[in-house]
Amino acid sequence: MSSTRYTEAHEFARIDGDVATVGITDYAQEQLGDVVFVDLPEVGKEIKRGDEIAVVESVKAAAEVYSPVSGEVIEVNSDLEDEPAKVNQDAMNAGWFVKIKLADSTENQSDMDDDAYKAFIAAL
Amino acid sequence: MTSSSSSGTGDAASLSRTALYDLHLEAGARMVPFAGYEMPVSFPMGIVEEHKHTRTAAGLFDVSHMGQAYLTSSGDVSAALEKLVPGNIAALKPGRMRYTQLLNPRGGIIDDLMVTRLPDRKGRQVLLLVVNAACKENDFALIRDTLGNEVDLDVLDDRALLALQGPQAVNALERLAPAVSDLAFMAARTVRIDGQPLLVSRCGYTGEDGFEISIPQKRAATFARRLLAENEVEPIGLGARDTLRLEAGLCLYGHDIDETTTPIEANLAWSIGKRRREEGGFPGADIVLGQLRDGPERLLVGIRPEGRAPAREGTEICDRNGDAAGVVTSGGFGPTLGGPIAMGYVTRRYAQTGTDLALMIRGKPNPGTVTALPFVPHRYYKP
Repeated sequence: MSSTRYTEAHEFARIDGDVATVGITDYAQEQLGDVVFVDLPEVGKEIKRGDEIAVVESVKAAAEVYSPVSGEVIEVNSDLEDEPAKVNQDAMNAGWFVKIKLADSTENQSDMDDDAYKAFIAAL
Repeated sequence: MTSSSSSGTGDAASLSRTALYDLHLEAGARMVPFAGYEMPVSFPMGIVEEHKHTRTAAGLFDVSHMGQAYLTSSGDVSAALEKLVPGNIAALKPGRMRYTQLLNPRGGIIDDLMVTRLPDRKGRQVLLLVVNAACKENDFALIRDTLGNEVDLDVLDDRALLALQGPQAVNALERLAPAVSDLAFMAARTVRIDGQPLLVSRCGYTGEDGFEISIPQKRAATFARRLLAENEVEPIGLGARDTLRLEAGLCLYGHDIDETTTPIEANLAWSIGKRRREEGGFPGADIVLGQLRDGPERLLVGIRPEGRAPAREGTEICDRNGDAAGVVTSGGFGPTLGGPIAMGYVTRRYAQTGTDLALMIRGKPNPGTVTALPFVPHRYYKP
């Protein structure tokens, strides 16, 4: 069973065993507007929690995305190269950015769960 | 995730509102500060769809933040204005308009503006000036200070300005005012809608056919609602206004042009006619005419980055050997083209269409090519 946690900067990490799927939330894509390009890392890159892992370019601006987890990038979403709009259409699923093999699957336990994140964005 | 977006400056407490503010909120606009006003950057359709809608149907823009003023004189008002701009104002006949710039003594651009000659009033020529919002106070002060008693400047504080742009703009507007059907490009006329006069000009900032409509603020919201009720018309924000003008290769003051750029460097030499080139008589004329004669040291060009990453304002431009070549002054994504586009200044030897460049995006060189402007062909009304 996978668990999803969220950062205050609107990144999510969905952990399944020792692999995390990382991306930005639906709230984030709505704030950004139409996504035109996502700059993803190389497969094999070592990442620490808090490192910059991607840059999302919308029509108006660029936004840095930081990884909520540490580990090795094992897959990046190549669909986003031709269809960056997937981030707007389905940020939490088809619009995922990277998959990371985790060193420590409990690392992001202090991040918000579904309910906490819902409350967080409601207050923004 | 952190976002670095560029919108205007100003704290919420001191921002002005246009006559369409309530209408924007009703339509679900996302408002941002811009040039001291609260303006809609986008509506629920979103920038990309708003942009595409304008190129296929009709988009309605609120540009009431811009400055409008009448310039008249008991003497020759065109000769007076020509002391400040390099455009041929004397040749304007009533109902015609043209694009020009206010220049400083170095030939740099203080602001760009549209000048319309309206019908004479009581034997006096009347010019309508439309200037940029961020520059309007400075522009009007400059005109008063330089021309003094020679002219009367009547700032139209009670006017709104709307732009209706797109291939179907004429279809929508002529239902309300049949007289606009045959209005020529860069011409203006007063039309009546429900018995009330409006000044309609056939011009715009998108590269498409379209109109700008000057209307008293107290009638602006009602008129906007009437236009929005037409099938073709959707409200469009400043975000799409920027992507549209960039695809059309049009300069944005404060970005592509400013007090350090001359019209020649900015690829605007076309706006300076033969007589003014021969006679001068505008600020910085020696520098401007020298550049016309010898060529400027740098030129504003269009650039197409390869791939999908946009090259934004401030991006360093190098040649393929890594030597400095220039800087990007406007850059982003072109929804009609489906890819990134930019404008920037390059040293003259790199300015030829087809020149290979390297754009330093996030510290890495990204290939790009000098591309002829406009990126998307203009479709002005020229039957």
